Amino acid sequence: MEANTRSTGRLPAAFLTPGSSSFVDFLSEHQPELLPGNRQLPPTQGVIEAPHGTTIVGVTFPGGVVLAGDRRATMGNVIAQRDIEKVFPADEYSAVGMAGTAGLAIEMVKLFQLELEHFEKVEGAQLSLEGKANRLSTMIRQNLGMAMQGLAVVPIFAGYDVDREKGRIFSYDVTGGRSEEHGFAATGSGSIFARGAMKKLFRDDLSEAEATTLVVQALYDAADDDSATGGPDVARRIYPIVTVITESGFRRLSDDESSEIARSILERRLEQPDGPRAALL
Amino acid sequence: MSTPFYVSPQQAMADRAEYARKGIARGRSLVVLQYADGIVFVGENPSRALHKFSEIYDRIGFAAAGKYNEYENLRIGGVRYADLRGYTYDRDDVTARGLANVYAQTLGTIFSSAAEKPYEVELVVAEVGETPEGDQIYRLPHDGSIVDEHGSVAVGGNAELISNYLDQRHQDGMSLAEALKLAVQALSRESNGTQREIPAERLEVAVLDRTRPQSRKFKRIVGRQLARLLEAGGATTEAESADGAEDSEDSGGSEE
Repeated sequence: MEANTRSTGRLPAAFLTPGSSSFVDFLSEHQPELLPGNRQLPPTQGVIEAPHGTTIVGVTFPGGVVLAGDRRATMGNVIAQRDIEKVFPADEYSAVGMAGTAGLAIEMVKLFQLELEHFEKVEGAQLSLEGKANRLSTMIRQNLGMAMQGLAVVPIFAGYDVDREKGRIFSYDVTGGRSEEHGFAATGSGSIFARGAMKKLFRDDLSEAEATTLVVQALYDAADDDSATGGPDVARRIYPIVTVITESGFRRLSDDESSEIARSILERRLEQPDGPRAALL
Repeated sequence: MSTPFYVSPQQAMADRAEYARKGIARGRSLVVLQYADGIVFVGENPSRALHKFSEIYDRIGFAAAGKYNEYENLRIGGVRYADLRGYTYDRDDVTARGLANVYAQTLGTIFSSAAEKPYEVELVVAEVGETPEGDQIYRLPHDGSIVDEHGSVAVGGNAELISNYLDQRHQDGMSLAEALKLAVQALSRESNGTQREIPAERLEVAVLDRTRPQSRKFKRIVGRQLARLLEAGGATTEAESADGAEDSEDSGGSEE
């Protein structure tokens, strides 16, 4: 009986074994070689050259959270891609933005999305926002071997907490350490500059429209000082990806909407290149 | 020492089929119908949590009648199969045909293996297409056969009676409310020719809606939306007729 489970084309026993609702757990039992963390890297000298995604920023506002990213991927001093997308919906109420090695990041997002969807389908209910954030933590930890070879992936996870009725942001480090950020967060090479900008502009009572403007301002400042972060590209009509998650779910701003925000900022910066000024005292 | 009785293979298979059919007939029936914008699943289910219909993948839905633990196992197996396939290839490469095939092989092997007891389940796997012509509905009886259905299909206890009723009345391009009304009418028919009332809170309804903007087309219809649709279809007709009669049907819905 056991011998012909393969030849008959029936579902292998592992598929019908009750147990975990996690797709990653299922894979690690059934086909561990498909998991990114189980890949053996050959010994290499120096850092592997691969496209890196750069800056991601997130801001909460009463009623939700905004997550945005620039569109540049760099490889050393070369711009590898001008219109890369680094912010993705994780499920209906959350989004994830990835900085770091683009190829691995996109694979991790794909697996993370699937992990959440799989749980939802098997259990008939969504994971809690904390639960989702913890799953992502585990997946980053599994990438630690790669990270030590220079292929790190550092995401920001943002979502609307249906139970607490507010937007929340989680940031991570390469070891999978997770911390909840209050107000705003940034990751990637331009994050220092973006964080500085957000620190001066953030308020507790932002509206959704103000929050989306704030993230684009922060990305503009990051691009201003970090060569690996791309600013709005008016000639090619490439603008930051801006996503909003509220009670009514995930929404990505259309190209028209994000270009409008970017253009209005650009216009003001023609007069005031360093952007809005905060009060001294 | 006793010699085992000789049982002819025909007899053994017939016994197993009889066993499985009886198990399936014990459960409530459910129907799957095509309508203009997709495929609707309707069944009677007193439980809010233990579903008969569920999502397998973007465009693929699953319905099952029979023994809960067995079809739940198959459902999870199907979700794992679909997710793994979509992960290794692409989301577009997960098809109802492929899934139905795997289910058929699984049920068939279990049915004809003397070491296992046959599954007492009958499945429906449906995939909604871009257009009504692209819709696919497969019915998978307990023995591993596979039937390509069009328009409407019923499985479970009174399946034959219900599908006859549906075949005569189902039309292409019905609205959701019309299809739902027809489904409820079909499900309320009893084998002795009488009608009984199925209250809205005992109905489990789900759709694969091709007009949904998300890539995942499966959606449960509950609460106010369900009430509105039932109203629109005018399904709620008459009859506070004999609660007692309904109760007795609950246990007696199992005649072959």
